[in-house]
Formats: sequence, C-alpha cells, structure tokens
Amino acid sequence: MKKLLKYLSGYKIESVLAPLFKFLEACFELIVPFVVSAIIDNGVPDRDPGYVGWMCALLVALGAVGLISAVFAQYFAAKAAAGFAEHLRHDLFNKLQSLSYAEIDSLGTSRMITRMTSDVNQVQNGVNMVLRLFMRSPVIVFGAMICAFLIDALAGGIFAAAIVILCVIIFGILLVTIPLYRKVQGNLDGITTYTREALTGARVIRAFCNEDKEIESFNAKNAALKRSQTFAGRVSALMNPLTYAVINVAIILLLYSGAIEVNGGNLTSGEVIALYNYMSQILVELIKLANLIITVTKSFACAGRLGEVLAIEPSLIRGPFVRNEGMPFIKFDNVSMKYSAEAGKALSDVSFTAERGDTIGVIGGTGSGKTTLVNLIPHFYDASEGAVYIDGVNVNGYPDEDIRGKCGIVPQRAVLFSGTIAQNLRWGKPDATEDELAEALEAAQASDVIKSKRRGLEERVEQGGVNFSGGQRQRLTIARALVRKPQILILDDSASALDYATDAKLRQSLKNLDYKPTVFIVSQRTSSIRHADKIIVLDHGAVAGIGTHEQLLEECPLYREIHYSQYEKKEAR
Amino acid sequence: MMRSPNQKQTVKRIFRQLKSYWFLIALSVLMAVITVAGNLIAPILFGDAINCMVRNDTDFEKIYFYFALIGASIILTCLAQWLLNIINNKIAYSVTEDIRREIFGHIQRLTLKYLDEHPYGDIVSRNIADVDQFADGLLMGFTQFFTGILTIVGALVMMFVYNWIIAIAVFVLTPLSLFIARFISTKTYRLFRKNSQIRGEQTAFIDEMVGNLKVVKAFSHEGENIEKFDEINGRLAKSSLDATFYSSLPNPTTRFVNALVYAAVALAGALTIIFNLPLPFVFDVGRLSTLLSYANQYTKPFNEITGVITELQNAIACAGRIYELLDEPEQIPDNEGAKELGCAEGEVLFKNVSFSYTEDKKLIENLNISALAGQRIAIVGPTGCGKTTLINLLMRFYDVDDGAIFVDGNDIREVTRHSLRKNYGMVLQDTWLKSGTIRQNIAMGKPDATDEEIIEAAQNAHSHKFIMQLENGYDTMISEDGGNLSQGQKQLLCITRIMLSLPPMLILDEATSSIDTRTEMQIQSAFTEMMKGRTCFIVAHRLSTVKNADLILVMKDGKIIEQGKHDELIALGGFYNKLYNSQFAI
Repeated sequence: MKKLLKYLSGYKIESVLAPLFKFLEACFELIVPFVVSAIIDNGVPDRDPGYVGWMCALLVALGAVGLISAVFAQYFAAKAAAGFAEHLRHDLFNKLQSLSYAEIDSLGTSRMITRMTSDVNQVQNGVNMVLRLFMRSPVIVFGAMICAFLIDALAGGIFAAAIVILCVIIFGILLVTIPLYRKVQGNLDGITTYTREALTGARVIRAFCNEDKEIESFNAKNAALKRSQTFAGRVSALMNPLTYAVINVAIILLLYSGAIEVNGGNLTSGEVIALYNYMSQILVELIKLANLIITVTKSFACAGRLGEVLAIEPSLIRGPFVRNEGMPFIKFDNVSMKYSAEAGKALSDVSFTAERGDTIGVIGGTGSGKTTLVNLIPHFYDASEGAVYIDGVNVNGYPDEDIRGKCGIVPQRAVLFSGTIAQNLRWGKPDATEDELAEALEAAQASDVIKSKRRGLEERVEQGGVNFSGGQRQRLTIARALVRKPQILILDDSASALDYATDAKLRQSLKNLDYKPTVFIVSQRTSSIRHADKIIVLDHGAVAGIGTHEQLLEECPLYREIHYSQYEKKEAR
Repeated sequence: MMRSPNQKQTVKRIFRQLKSYWFLIALSVLMAVITVAGNLIAPILFGDAINCMVRNDTDFEKIYFYFALIGASIILTCLAQWLLNIINNKIAYSVTEDIRREIFGHIQRLTLKYLDEHPYGDIVSRNIADVDQFADGLLMGFTQFFTGILTIVGALVMMFVYNWIIAIAVFVLTPLSLFIARFISTKTYRLFRKNSQIRGEQTAFIDEMVGNLKVVKAFSHEGENIEKFDEINGRLAKSSLDATFYSSLPNPTTRFVNALVYAAVALAGALTIIFNLPLPFVFDVGRLSTLLSYANQYTKPFNEITGVITELQNAIACAGRIYELLDEPEQIPDNEGAKELGCAEGEVLFKNVSFSYTEDKKLIENLNISALAGQRIAIVGPTGCGKTTLINLLMRFYDVDDGAIFVDGNDIREVTRHSLRKNYGMVLQDTWLKSGTIRQNIAMGKPDATDEEIIEAAQNAHSHKFIMQLENGYDTMISEDGGNLSQGQKQLLCITRIMLSLPPMLILDEATSSIDTRTEMQIQSAFTEMMKGRTCFIVAHRLSTVKNADLILVMKDGKIIEQGKHDELIALGGFYNKLYNSQFAI
C-alpha cells in the first residue's frame, strides 16, 4: 500500500480536504441532539415559541451546512480516487509492457488482466471509501460517546460498554461469515463449471449417455451450495436482532440511570432524550464502519498484489555491445536454456550457424524445444548457458528495439488486433507506404485476402481477427512481419493452416525476396522444410541432427521416422 | 412503474414458482409485521418512561413496569427479526436451488441445435448470474421492501394518532425525499452506464494488448499502445469521477431531508405543547421523543425502497431470461415404443437423407450411403462440405429432415437414443474432458471398469506412460477442459476412453490431428486392432490415414461427388486425385 501512496501525491489538497469536510459534517450532526434538548429544556417549559422557532431553524441550518460539507467531501474524495487510479493504471500498463517474456510467462495473461482491471478498481474504491468514511463513522461513534460523557459520566460509561459489545458482535459475525461466503463462492464456481461443461461437452456427455449422471452430480453440488448459503445466511441473520437488542438494552440502562439523575435534579429530561438520540445514531455508523474496514482490507490485499507487480524488475540480462569480427551472421554457441531454475533444460547444448539469405528448418515433436530455439534469436529469453550471436554481437548487447527491429516474427498463434488491416500491417513499420504493404502482402500470398474484402486494406479487423479465417489470419501475420523487411524472418509453425499448395508458393516467394532475409521455418511437416539449406532436428531440447533433407534421411533416424510417418516410403521423392 | 404484458407474465410465473413456499411466505409476512410493530412500540414505551422522570417525583414503579414491557418487546422483536431473516434466506436459496436444478436438467435435454446456435457464456450466465440476481431481488424484496413500506405506513399512522399536525408536516415533506432519490438515481444511472461503457472499452484494450503482450513486444509496439491507453484512461478517470460523485450523493441528501423532517417534528411538537393544542391523546415531552425517533426511522426506508425497486426490476428481467431459456423446446423424447438396439452388428444405411441446419440453406440432399458391418468408411473433402454434419446425424444429435438412417435395419428414430449412442465410440477433433480425475474421464463410457481394464486401455492407447508421469497418476485431477494437459495428451485420453468401452461402431473425426506423427504411428497398430470387425467412420485431412479404407466418400457442398476405394479414385483422376496430390506439391 505504501508504494501506491505516491499516486495520491498529486491530489494532496483533495486528500486532506475530503476527510476534513467529512469531519465537519459529522460534527454538525453531533450538535443536533444538543439543540433538541435545548428546545425541550428551555423552549417548552418557558413557553417561548420564538426560541423554539430559532432552534428549529438552527436544525435546518445544521442539516444544510452538513449537506454542503458532505457534497464537497464526496467530490474531493471521488476526484482523488479517480486520479489515483488513472496514474496507477498508467504505470501498471507501462510496467507490464516492459516485462520480458520470462516474467510474462510467470505472471500469466489472466493474472495480468485481473491486476489491471478489477484489482485497480478495488483499490480505487478503497481510496474513495477511506477518504469519505474514515473521518465520518469513527467521529460520530466516538463523538456520540464523548457527548454522552459531557452530559453524564455514567451515561458515557454505558455508551462505551455498548460500543465495545456492538463491535464484538459486528466484527465477530463479519469475521465468521467472510470464510463462509468464500466457501459459498467456491461452491458457486463449481456450479458454474458444471454448467459450462454441460454445454461444451454436450456431444460427449450424450454420446456416452451420461446425462443422468451429470444431473445427479450437479444436483449434489447444487444442494451443497444451498447448504453453505443457508449456513452463512443463518450466521449473518444474527446481526440485526443482536445489535437491536444491545442498543435497546443500552437505552433501558441509560433511561434507568437517567431517571435516578433526573430524580436527584442532576439531569433534565431534555438531556435524557439527547442521550437516547445519540444511542440511536451510533448503530448505523458502526455497521458502516465495519463494512468500510472490510472494503479497506480487501483493497489492501489488492494493493499488495499491485505493489508486487510494480516491483517486478525485468530480468533480461544486458551485456556489453562487443562485435566479434569474422563470425557468421547468426551463431548459436553451445546454447542451453531453462525456463526457471528448477525446470529441466528446454534446450541443451545447441550449436549451429546461419548466413544471410539462408533458410533454416527446425523440426521435432511437441515439446522438443523448437519455439524455444527461435525465441532466443530476438532475445525474448536469456540463454542460461552459451550465447547467441547476431552479426558477431551477443544478442544481449543490443537494445531491445534494435534486435527486434532486425527480426520479423510470425508467432504460432496468428493474432490480429482490432483496427483495420492496414493498421495491423503497419505494426512493424508505422510509416510504411501502401506500395510497401502491397509488396509484403504479395510475398505472403495474402493479396487475394485483401481483394476478397470490400474495403480492401481498410477492412475492419474485429478483436482477435475473428472475421478472418485461420488461413487468412496466418497469411496476414506473415505479411505483417514482412513489412519491415527484416534481416531475419521467423515463421514459428505459422503455415499450419495453409493448404499444401499455398504453403509451397509461400516458401517459393520467401526465397525470392530481394533483401535476402535469413528465414527460420519451424514446422512439424517435413514437406515445409525439406528444401531448407539446413535442417535442425530437435529431440527433447537436444540436437538430434543438422543437415540437408537428403543428409538427414541418410544419417538421422529420428528425421527419417518423422518423415516416413508423414509419407510412406515409396512416395518419398 | 410501467410494466409490459411480458413483464406481467413473468411476475405471474414468479408467483407460481413461489407457490409451494406459501406457508413460509405467510410466516415471513407475519414476522415482518411483528418486527415493524416492535420497532414502533419501543419508542412509545421509552417516551412513557421519560415522562415518568420528574425532579424529586420520579415514579420508579411505573418506570420499572415500562422497562419490563420494553424488555418483553425487545425479546419478541429480536426473535421475529431473526426468524424473518432465516425464513427469507430459506425461501430465496430454495427457489435458487429449484431453478438451477430445473435449468441443468433442461440443458441436458435441449436440442443440440439450440446449444450450437447460442453462445455458451450466455447460457452459463443465465444459470449463474441471473439466478443469483433473481434470488437477491427476492431476498431484498422480502426483507427490505415489505418492512420498509410497513415502517413508513406504521410511523405515519402513529404520528397521526398522537399528533396530526406533525403527521401532516411530515407527510408534506415526503415527496421531496422521493423526488431527490429519483433525480439522483436517474442521473447516476446514466453516468454509470457511460462509465461502464468506457471501462468496457479499456478492458477490451487491456485484454487484447496484455493478452498478446509477446506480439506487442516482438513488434516494439509499446509506445503506440501507451498513447492509446492513456487516451482511454483519461476518459475513464473523468467519467469515473462523475459516476462516483453522483452515486455518493443520495446518503447526504437523505440525511438533509431527514434533518428537515426532524426539525419539522421538533417544531410542530414543541409548539403543540407550548400552545396546548387539543389532541385526542396527551402530547408531552415523552411523546415528542417518541415522534422524534419515528422521524429518524421514517426517511430511511425511502432511500432503501428506491434501491430495492431497481433491484426488483432487475430481478424480474433476470427471471424473464431464465424462463426464456426454460421455455426453449427440448429434443423430441424417444418414441413411446422405441426399442433397445442392444449390441449392433454395425450395418449402417443412409436412405435418401436430406438435412439442413437452416431452412433457407440446403446442405445435404438425397444422400445415400451403405456401410456393411465391419467396413471402414472414410469421409474426405474440403472444410464445410458436411463431414461433421454426417456425424451429427449418425449419433442422432440432429434428426434428418427427410429420408431415414438405419442401423441393422432399424430406423434410428425407432430405437432409444441411449441404446443407439452406446453402440458408437466417438473421438472428435475437438477434444473434451471434464474436470475430475484421469480415471473418471477414461471410465466415462464404462463406469464400472476395473483398474486393470483402465490401465490396459491406456497402454493400448499409449497414454499410460504420460499418465504415470503426472503427479498422482490416474488420480490426477484435471482442470476444466483439461487445461493442464497438452492438446495431444487430451486426444490420447479421448482415444483411451474409447479403447476401454470398445463399442461396435466407431466415429473418428480427425482423431489424431494433435498427436505428433511419431506417437501416431505408434498407436496406429492399436487403432488398427481396435477397428478390426467394427464399422468405422473416419474423417481426416491427412489423406495417408484413409488410404486403406473400404470405402472413401468424397464430399463437397453436402453431396457425395465421388466414392470408391483409394486406387479407384486415383485412377478416376477427379477431385480426390487432385486433393491427394496437392499434399505432395512443392
């Protein structure tokens, strides 16, 4: 929380004024019973209608001044909280964008999104509530007690005791019910899962004739939910009656001690009524206070999580920019890579070189390290042993923009962003001309995608690119990577949705690019990489063979196995 | 409150839903009346007690008597209030349970057509969020709406009884309270909508950019993003300031109205005493304190009731959505005399079958297929040609529009769905696992399978090895839709599931698409073993996997354009030949 306080610093005045005005409002409210008691003790016995009139006018005035203070307070509180959240969100978004792949992996997408949205909202709400209520509820509760002490010491004692007992009841019940309601939420999540599965798995459930079984287990879960709800409800049902009883018993005691004092002439009946009024005021505020404390604890927890995110420092190692002359364009030098200290090696001892204009194929089973290998080239991750050199410089010596500017990357999942096609294509090069876009589209075999759309390059892309087919998306993401004319082009299994013919045409046109990029093709199909200058066969992170298609067919049993599982022997040409 | 006829019907139906709880509801009403009465009586008794306090002449006997009465009323009120809460909880949660049970059973019987055409999220949210909202509305309606109105009316009546002047003064001020509450709530509603709209915009942006952060970084697009983000963020801050500010106004304004009412009661009360105005009951300081306390109770419910009304309207809308779902027609039940298919031989016949998902778009027309028992039928063709539709018809997920499908000579509409489906083993491209243990998932088709049988099936499907590598082996919990398994592993489990139950007919829709080719080769032998003697329908992209089929159906636009064995079709030099050769193109 402390870390987040600096986001309030731009709103110092508001953060001070809001509670201050709230404090004033509470004070005005506390004066009311005094005025009423004055009416009863002075106005009524003296039969002075003018005095009564003035006092009632004072009551209205107190209300009006209270309202004005409250309005100011709410405004300042809302302003401070909104500004706080704005700055916090800005910094968080910047922080997330600065993270390296390793931190992105460990945080996880859904967690990052929750931090950015609901956690920030929760904290904003907390700030707003604290500014608004922290000076009101306690001031009224303890102010009422102090006023009671001023009127009569014994009455003050009764107030103190009542407040303590009420606190115990309110907080006791809240503390007991919080875990109960968490359990309710857990049960509800279970119900949600069941419902979703009934829909996503409708075919399978029906195919296995499991409908009745599903209904049965759903009903059991449903009944458990009801039980937990009823139980939690039963505990919170105690709140109203118990607090009601305490307040009224306290009033009885007040009146009793009041009666003795009045009888002895130490207290007036107007003052007894004032005490009675104070007692009725504290309950509402105590309950508000309890809820406030819960909101604040929740937002503290969120604030803690946000603090953790803000404290993350990108772990990518930065090295010196030293050029080793005479090195090939790309060089992997005994590279090993682990995703975390405990994990096994995702890559072990990989060494190879590539020249400008080379096509490198990377093949292997699921989890063999293909994607890991290509992710090391743009320095998305650090190699845990060995080094990757581009142009003779260790990749960790380049600033991020430089090394990534050299690469055109087509990720496995073809992601397009909402906007127009042209906007998407210009991601890699914001100032690309229409001709440059057309050229990239042509090379990516995506020109016909544009032609098929009514508005051409200006066609809208919905979020996630849902209005394009998988194959269209893939070709557009390839075009996007080509727009900046990269020196290194990385296709991470990104032609999987293309049919064989288009795939072949694509490879041909990449070969003919005039700027001669080094192309990495990751694939599961040998047909996609068989014409590469060099094929790297990976098996569980280790190199099982490097060479051309023909060499590997001769020498690498794994490659042979992969190839013949896709083509029977006689068809291998 | 305007009510459309539709809303009226919904309300009627809600009442019908509540009918079986009439006793509890009556009890709840009774308890509410007692609670409110207790709340109104206590200030009177306190007032009476205060009246007994006179310097040197306090009547302690009488005060004790009043205390005893107050004590009794406190106990009674507390009990009533507690029972009220418990009863209302019980009603609300029981109704929730009823509705959810009804919905879930209904989902199991809904037509697949409905399920295919409606987003799952929408149906889920009807069963979860809408039912919750409905229950909240019910609960609040019972607890706050009813007691609130009782309190207002009761307090007003008591004021009239004791001092009609005060009552009139209070009554005149009442519309002010309503007016303010209304004004603020409409204003707030608009601002909140605007706020949540901008928030939605921002969430979508965050979703997109944070969700694809790796791509963003790969293209060094961070700068453009923060610019756009700040623009939305600025708008959000402004609208959230407005919404928060206005939504925080009702409390202080109500307090102000409360202060007005309070001052009016004090003024009118004090003046009645001073001028000794004639009233049916004696009006004194004690009564004044009673009415002052009423003044405090009086304004609060107004504020709550406006909230509750929105809540109730919301609940009715939710109930409407729930009933809409429940009114969706279920699948046609099995025929009265439908017989059990038993263990089929596996002869499948499509006779003049026509089918389309929507009336205006014909898909399958006049389709004839005959598969002999034990034959292997491969179905190939481009996307959208109707391959998946055939599966839908075979499993009777959908009924044919025209013509008929026969299994062993029985029209499949004449046998029970369960007995038909038990004869098929289905592995779909779109793997689905339920949350539960690996063992439960494998045993879906054969709940009474022994451990040995399960392990044997897993060994055959080559899933045993990876299962044993999981933390708890066969007892490893898998999360919803197998989130913690890879696509290939999920597919292996689906195959294991079939290996265990081994029904006489198989449907394999791209069954091995996510398994890497090496593993696929390894399980191929088990597959071949499994297919032996069973009628198989195989859908595949990779044509090498369908070459050995007894019959290849080449589909295009819902029609079978070529059929025959592989060699025949290649020799034919038609569509299949083209398709087959394209995969070897360079």
